[in-house]
Amino acid sequence: MSDHSHKELPFWRKYIFSVDHKVIGIQYAVTGLLFLFFGFCLVMLIRWQLAYPGQELPFIGSWFPETQMIGGIMLPEFYYQLGAMHGTIMVFLGVVPLAVGGFGNYVVPLQIGAPDMAFPKLNMMSYWLYFIGGVLMLASFFVPGGSAQSGWTSYPPLSVIAAGGQTWWLIGMAFLINSSLLGSVNFIVTIIQLRAPGLSFNRLPFYVWAQFVTALLLLLAFPPLMAAAVLQLMDRLAGTSFFIPTGLVVNDAITHFVGGGNPILWQHLFWFLAHPEVYVLILPAMGIVAEIIACNTRKPLYGYKALVYSVCFVGFMSFVVWAHHMFLTNMGTTMSTFFQITTMIISIPSIVILTSLILSLWGGSIRFNTPMLFAIAFLPMFAIGGLTGLPLGLAAADIHLHDTYYVIGHFHYVVAPGTIFALFAGVYHWFPKATGRKMSEFLGKLHFFPSLVLMNCIFTPMLIMGLAGALRRMYDPTQYAHAQAVQPLNVFISISAFCLALAQIPFIINFFYSIFWGKKVDDNPWQATTLEWATPTPPPHGNFLKAPEVYRGPYEYSVPGQKKDFWPQDMKGAN
Amino acid sequence: MSDHLSPEEVKKHVTIYVRVFMALAALTIITVAISYLHLPILAAVGVALLIASFKGSLVAAYFMHLAQEKKIILYPLILVFFFFIVLLIIPTLSRF
Amino acid sequence: MSDAAEIRFISKPHPITGVTNSKLGVWCFLASEVMLFGGLFSAYILLRIGATEWPHGSTILNVPLATLNTMILIVSSVTMVMSWASLALKNFSKYRFYMAITILLGIAFLVVKSFEYAHKFEHHHYPSTNNFYGIYFTLTGLHGLHVIGGIFLNLYLLLPGSKLWKTNPEQFMGRVEAAGLYWHFVDLVWIFLFPTLYLL
Repeated sequence: MSDHSHKELPFWRKYIFSVDHKVIGIQYAVTGLLFLFFGFCLVMLIRWQLAYPGQELPFIGSWFPETQMIGGIMLPEFYYQLGAMHGTIMVFLGVVPLAVGGFGNYVVPLQIGAPDMAFPKLNMMSYWLYFIGGVLMLASFFVPGGSAQSGWTSYPPLSVIAAGGQTWWLIGMAFLINSSLLGSVNFIVTIIQLRAPGLSFNRLPFYVWAQFVTALLLLLAFPPLMAAAVLQLMDRLAGTSFFIPTGLVVNDAITHFVGGGNPILWQHLFWFLAHPEVYVLILPAMGIVAEIIACNTRKPLYGYKALVYSVCFVGFMSFVVWAHHMFLTNMGTTMSTFFQITTMIISIPSIVILTSLILSLWGGSIRFNTPMLFAIAFLPMFAIGGLTGLPLGLAAADIHLHDTYYVIGHFHYVVAPGTIFALFAGVYHWFPKATGRKMSEFLGKLHFFPSLVLMNCIFTPMLIMGLAGALRRMYDPTQYAHAQAVQPLNVFISISAFCLALAQIPFIINFFYSIFWGKKVDDNPWQATTLEWATPTPPPHGNFLKAPEVYRGPYEYSVPGQKKDFWPQDMKGAN
Repeated sequence: MSDHLSPEEVKKHVTIYVRVFMALAALTIITVAISYLHLPILAAVGVALLIASFKGSLVAAYFMHLAQEKKIILYPLILVFFFFIVLLIIPTLSRF
Repeated sequence: MSDAAEIRFISKPHPITGVTNSKLGVWCFLASEVMLFGGLFSAYILLRIGATEWPHGSTILNVPLATLNTMILIVSSVTMVMSWASLALKNFSKYRFYMAITILLGIAFLVVKSFEYAHKFEHHHYPSTNNFYGIYFTLTGLHGLHVIGGIFLNLYLLLPGSKLWKTNPEQFMGRVEAAGLYWHFVDLVWIFLFPTLYLL
């Protein structure tokens, strides 16, 4: 129930414990951006160790306690903590909250013409559960033995016998899982129930479709990880042996577990979540790119229906491909063949989506503003990421490539220059709606071009290193004869990564500068058609001054016979 | 289940609830009784799961009103049922 | 302003989908719960198939007590649905009666369960004893947590939450129905847990 009274809410109700989807969206987005930045800092420490193993970390090396670095030289335990936490933070605390919690919360209710999410209080709870989960993850760095260090995948038995931080990791994940559960229920109900009159499912902006499928994935894929986390907590705290095989020997001593468990069980439950999670990372990004491409080419999306069917099919298929992460677990040939086939099948709708987006550029009068540059760059970057994934989906090739830098290069191409570029595009695109001011184009381009070049300088060499057999998660790569030939590439990657950090400075300056001093804009600065641009800027509590009605599809750009080149969804009659 | 029910309809529902309760109680006793027969393991699992599924469907269909529920609720549940089966069966097959 | 800022379909069903927000939401939540218990049952199957020996539940667990507990939960499901039906008949005092019985039955279930647990601990059977006890304590413990959650939910609807009946009876009925769906689901999980753990 919205309150009808117009009295001002106190500060803490308005900006901290707010139930307004826009405030919650901004809270999610800012927290997510901070975690992305923090996760990036962790990986820069890793990059130093990989490029210059055993050398003192300059400037800040002495700041770390003895349990992490001795004389500025990183300890192996700390290296593995950094690796595990980089993955966890980037995926669960950075990208997903920014893409789903941030943009989803802010944009979806606006695009469907709703006053708020269906359950505003659950929405607030979802954010605060995420916040607690994030704090627990960060706090785990300070517990005895340090944070989780068994990789972001937390494979047992290593994770079960690992130091205390793993327990914090599991509890933190439990909070994040419940947060995403509440969020996804909210999205599904909002999109099904609260669409404006006239906004049927085939008039829905593609971004809303992408968020809808994403919410379904989060709803159904996360619970098995919750189950797995409960079982692993039992293993760690109550001494059960769900994931511990009989006769496990650690450091030449038999462990106290009775055994009889199955480490592969964790992998099944984990990847049952984590493969759909990959699509949770990528689908909202595709949605953002589709919105921006349609708006800035001034023409409708090519093949809207094909896009929608593809996104639904991708969502469905993503539940039956998970074991392609597990070809090396003594899996039988029948199951291995099954998962290879489903993996090849799921690449088809992904290609359909990408092809539609590329064809949408054809014949358009493209405006090369900053959001559009990031959106266009997403296309080839995601294509490289997707295509390099195919060899990993085929068991024969995967035997060679499994757990090498090739895998790292592959999924970072999907997520870093792919999803994160799309998220940057979204920030530049919707910033004027949230603040009433545009971000600087000059600083935006200064952000974009170096980032694009450096991203490729980082991830292409990783593919080469992987083909050469360099393994991921190696504390000191110079110890291995076969990896020494590609060690210069490690140095090159690290220098590129440090430069990439510098290339983000224009974005940070731009972000804060534009909040206060950016160029003021009207309600619809990009001349877009979807409903979020029909609200006042920034939208008030309750969003729309008058409940909107929808008369046409979402991408009516350059319609012949119309005076203007865009025809908003809520405009009654001719333009 | 629409929220506008006439008193007669509600009373009809109540008799159904009582009948479903009796069926559930009887099935519980049957399933316990069968377990004392010590059937071979496959038969025991089959019978127990069959009875449990039947009881479960009774609860879902009548107490949870799924028998008269709207399509918007049934469709996602069919999807969930499919994924549930996948989650249950595929990990056990991974040796093949 | 007020018309545009109102969240619709809180108490009245959507004209096309035919359901209220809360009903759709609670079913989505239950769908997620199905997958949670699906993961745990999957773990049970995999552990049991991989085990060299697996005790027959009835030889070490107390089947009569568990049968009693099954009956308690089934009766509580009936009283839960009766409390909803009483609201449909506009009989508020009967609603309170049935709701109170439901809560008491939920507590009775937990008491019986705690006797079972105490008995196991007395004989030094802990989750770490073997994987049968491990999965037994995990599954029944998680189910017990769901029962506790349901009891608190029902207590809220019995005491402070029932004020809504005076101002918005339709919305209140929706809430009771949603709580009922959850409670029946907890019952449903037990219907599967009981034979799996105790009888096979």
